[in-house]
Amino acid sequence: MSGKPKLHYFNGRGRMESIRWLLAAAGVEFEECFLETKDDLTKLQKDGSLMFQQVPMVEIDGIKMVQSRAIGNYIAAKYNLYGKDLKERALIDMYVEAIIDLNELLMMHTFQPEDKKQQHFANLVDKATNRYFPVYEKALKDHGQDFLVGNQLSKADVQLLESLLMAEECKPDILDKFPLLQSFKARISNIPTIKKFLQPGSQRKPPLQEKDLQRVMKIFH
Amino acid sequence: MAGKPKLHYSNGRGKMESIRWLLATAGVEFEEQFIEKKEDLEKLRNDGYLLFQQVPMVEIDGMKMVQTRAIGSYIAAKYNLYGKDLKERAWIDMYVEGTTDLMGMIMYLPFQPADTKEKNLALIIERATTRYFPVYEKALKDHGQDYLVGNKLSWADIHLLEAILMAEECKPDILSAFPLLQAFKGRTSNIPTIKKFLQPGSQRKPPTDEKTVAMVKKIY
Repeated sequence: MSGKPKLHYFNGRGRMESIRWLLAAAGVEFEECFLETKDDLTKLQKDGSLMFQQVPMVEIDGIKMVQSRAIGNYIAAKYNLYGKDLKERALIDMYVEAIIDLNELLMMHTFQPEDKKQQHFANLVDKATNRYFPVYEKALKDHGQDFLVGNQLSKADVQLLESLLMAEECKPDILDKFPLLQSFKARISNIPTIKKFLQPGSQRKPPLQEKDLQRVMKIFH
Repeated sequence: MAGKPKLHYSNGRGKMESIRWLLATAGVEFEEQFIEKKEDLEKLRNDGYLLFQQVPMVEIDGMKMVQTRAIGSYIAAKYNLYGKDLKERAWIDMYVEGTTDLMGMIMYLPFQPADTKEKNLALIIERATTRYFPVYEKALKDHGQDYLVGNKLSWADIHLLEAILMAEECKPDILSAFPLLQAFKGRTSNIPTIKKFLQPGSQRKPPTDEKTVAMVKKIY
């Protein structure tokens, strides 16, 4: 029996990926229990493991935690990735909430029907480069520090890196106009725990391919 | 000049209502600047007031805070509505995320096409009575205390009361199978600051009607 956190989700990024990133960045080893069929989900629902009948679910410190934000907050606070006081936490929360919004757009890219793909892509690029990235570029420019908040690594940096990499998967040159985000990306990627997570063989999940879409939809619908 | 928090949003519930509830419960007086037309929103954007070009925005303690959850977490922590330790906060966060999902469904109902309204309303009622309310009913039953977490009023309780009242607006007898939630509703509504907020003339906003829907669509 291990004391390691145990993640329950399908074998893909989805809403669990940010949690994998956080745990990995904090250097916390974790186990994963993959849902492969609808029956796997039904079993978890029936045995009362899922508070609102949904995954992600993470068994951690004796609690079966659900709701990705709640889980992310707990891990960040526990492993000192949440700033040093209330105001730093406020800033981290603001940054992370916006990243979550951007990630939704990025993740939805694969799920778009053919006739909507181009428009969705255009909207995604517009929002990333006009609404979100400029904020983080400016934050780094204004204080000139290595990390977004409080001159130390926080949940905001980890989630931003995740998002930058996902955005580049959608459009490889998307960071062209953001030199500070480019150096941020390199710098944070080099943090030992994160560097390890970015290597092949880690628990980081690849982007969802269209061929996997059917399989995933069958589990949840 | 006031040291009071200042809320920027349209004159309606939307995503700001939960924040009004929190401030009111904490006994914090606040001001509101209503966005009435698109130009008001554009002005806020052009002045650089909105970090991600969106509202809600709350001016509080020298910050222009955006993102509903960030604002809620800050207020809850500041006014001691976030439990006493990390684990209590975890439970509060889980409960609040659940009621956020439920209230999100209810909030969007007036904006759905007319021919889907009936179906969506049925889904809301099903989710409320089979997915969400049973969780909170059970929580209260298991520990037998007055509040959801840590035997003390928290954001989770305030958010649940708000969700219950919104759900009752959809279906007045929606709590019929949940005796403990009924008692919870009675009890929590009687907390002096909350009781005051529930009275006419408070800053609590009425349910979203067709007029509000039209206004909101024009602004955003």
